[in-house]
Amino acid sequence: MADGAAPARKTSPAVAILREAGLTAAVAFALALPLIGLRGFTRGGAMVVETRFEWLAIAVAVVFVGRLALIGLRHAIPRLRRAVAAPRRVGGHAAGLGSQIERYRVPLGAAALAFVAAMPFMPFADRYIIDVATLVLIYVMLGWGLNIVVGLAGLLDLGYVAFYAVGAYSFALLGTTFDLSFWACLPIAGACAAMFGLLLGYPVLRLRGDYLAIVTLGFGEIVRLVLTNWVAFSGGPNGISGIPRPTLFGLEFKKRVAEGQTFHEFFGIEHAGVHRIIFLYYVILVLALLTNLFVLRIRRLPIGRAWEALREDEVASRALGINPVNTKLSAFALGAMFGGFAGSFFATRSGFISPESFTFIESAIILSIVVLGGMGSQIGVVLAAAAIVLVPEVLREFAEYRMLAFGMAMVLIMIWRPRGLLAHRRPTILLHGRAGGAGGGGQGGP
Amino acid sequence: MAYFLQQLINGVTLGSIYGLIAIGYTMVYGIIGMINFAHGEIYMIGAFMAVLCFTMLGAAGVTWVPLALVMVLLVAIVFTATYGWAVERIAYRPLRGSHRLAALISAIGMSLALQNYVLLSQGAGVKAVAPIITGRLTVYETPGFDVTLSYIQIFIMVLTVALMAAFATLITHTALGRAQRACEQDRGMALLLGIDVDRTISLTFVMGAALAAVAGVMVTLYYGVIDFFMGFIAGLKAFTAAVLGGIGSLPGAMLGGMLLGMVEAFWSGYFSVEYKDVAAFGILVLVLIFRPTGLLGRPEIEKV
Repeated sequence: MADGAAPARKTSPAVAILREAGLTAAVAFALALPLIGLRGFTRGGAMVVETRFEWLAIAVAVVFVGRLALIGLRHAIPRLRRAVAAPRRVGGHAAGLGSQIERYRVPLGAAALAFVAAMPFMPFADRYIIDVATLVLIYVMLGWGLNIVVGLAGLLDLGYVAFYAVGAYSFALLGTTFDLSFWACLPIAGACAAMFGLLLGYPVLRLRGDYLAIVTLGFGEIVRLVLTNWVAFSGGPNGISGIPRPTLFGLEFKKRVAEGQTFHEFFGIEHAGVHRIIFLYYVILVLALLTNLFVLRIRRLPIGRAWEALREDEVASRALGINPVNTKLSAFALGAMFGGFAGSFFATRSGFISPESFTFIESAIILSIVVLGGMGSQIGVVLAAAAIVLVPEVLREFAEYRMLAFGMAMVLIMIWRPRGLLAHRRPTILLHGRAGGAGGGGQGGP
Repeated sequence: MAYFLQQLINGVTLGSIYGLIAIGYTMVYGIIGMINFAHGEIYMIGAFMAVLCFTMLGAAGVTWVPLALVMVLLVAIVFTATYGWAVERIAYRPLRGSHRLAALISAIGMSLALQNYVLLSQGAGVKAVAPIITGRLTVYETPGFDVTLSYIQIFIMVLTVALMAAFATLITHTALGRAQRACEQDRGMALLLGIDVDRTISLTFVMGAALAAVAGVMVTLYYGVIDFFMGFIAGLKAFTAAVLGGIGSLPGAMLGGMLLGMVEAFWSGYFSVEYKDVAAFGILVLVLIFRPTGLLGRPEIEKV
């Protein structure tokens, strides 16, 4: 298999292991020597290089010990090794956890729903926790939206943030220019994003998977660059501020308003800033649940079946009379629409947007939520979104290592489970109720 | 006319750099069919190696420019190629035979990790080196505007042509090149015929990284400032160049790089600098719509 050609030779295992770890450490030394062992910085207008050989030594030692530990783990617990290696070999459909969760999904879902619905009123819920939960829900919604494109239709979209940006900017511009409310703009923002999805999708959806990925990435960058440079339209890098806040049937969450009533006056309660936070939490909760409901239902419709069929085998689907361009286009536009909804929620929540919020990193984060969760798995998206938002919140002291760890985690999870953490890819429809084949290879090797 | 000629010279210089990076994309795509998203980061690491090495040589008192250049190129190539090798070994080899998206996502993860690794180890500020090759030739004089060709531009063009020649020989006339072409055509068959496929793929990454390192050295010499984020946009453009020329085709990568460099130079020269990246990505979209196989690419036949 992958590593350890050494044990086959006649040398003793200890020597072989040491040699393997030593080799790894030697490579690590070559890698770390220039970038960790040396550091270039500017002093008095000129570059100087200082040496940090103690860091270099630490890095090499860590790699050496880490490699030894890895080998030890593999030799001492062969069962673990098999458990780790097995899903990789068969393409990951044997994922136990995924099918376990899938089996108990009704009670689990009901419990989770009850929990999130009651969350703002639980004793531990303060302003900060509700705020973080809102952020998690934004990512859940984005993940579910992108799941239509990536998980169901199997189209890799690396520029999803563009639709998020379109939604945010269409609401921000409409709201600040024409004084329209959040609720009036929400459908418009979604429609705008869907339009963009159609415009982009129509020409590029004929392309093969990874070309599509790069075109969408390029499109995402174009949107961001235009928003940054077209100052007259979007305010440029300064962004747009003073975006209207959402209202509850016209009731505003302010201390007092010029006309009409505010939320706390109408219900006769004390004004508190946290009301708005809680309200925002429920808005995004409802939006996210609507997205989920939509996805769950549309999967059962002919169009949803067509998406999954195209994902699994485009040639066969075409032979069966599915129009690939229209089918993919619908997935693309619907995914974009939910991105637009989430975008306008993002704009109304923060009250200020600028192109900085819509960088490629954001696309990568949303995509990794979908992929880490297990493409096509709705529950996986929730878990992955929670992990990706909460882990950096918990590890605030290590904030600067966050993206490094994030990138490495993406690599490691792909190596460990190429189909995602909760991959199940259970066929949604079976011929005569037979569980034939149970998914399996799907998209084969290149 | 004079202005046009000047933009042409600038465009070819820029195109040489894009072309060298694009070769890394196109080779990897040709042989294992994946987009090595971390390749832009490899180029960025090459540029950092160049800055570190130049600074150290300056401190050590090596002032003879040709010697310094050769040393910097060698050091950058060796260390950057190690990175290229390690990236393949860590992030892509375990995923061979897995589905396409897994490899691409692993590549994106690697790209983020490398970017932040350099950010943490070298700091966020831009790194600048003093110009090493100075001076310029005046090619063509007109009243009010002189067309000039700086020595550094000559250096970049000559080095690119030399590398291309060496590279073409390597691909067409050596055992390694034959093995690479065999793997590109049919990896399974190549394996049956006794070609060490893993080794060939590793060497492909090493070669791509070496060329990216040269591009990194060039950009350091040409612009004099680098930062940890430079690999992202450059990588995207080099990929555009590879697609423009026809992905999988080596002359195509160079041609695409040249075209892209010129588009960018002319766009900046005649329209607006702000939208030059938009122009580059716009071209990518247009090419993929109207000629998905690129200028020199072979049409892809889908077998069932």
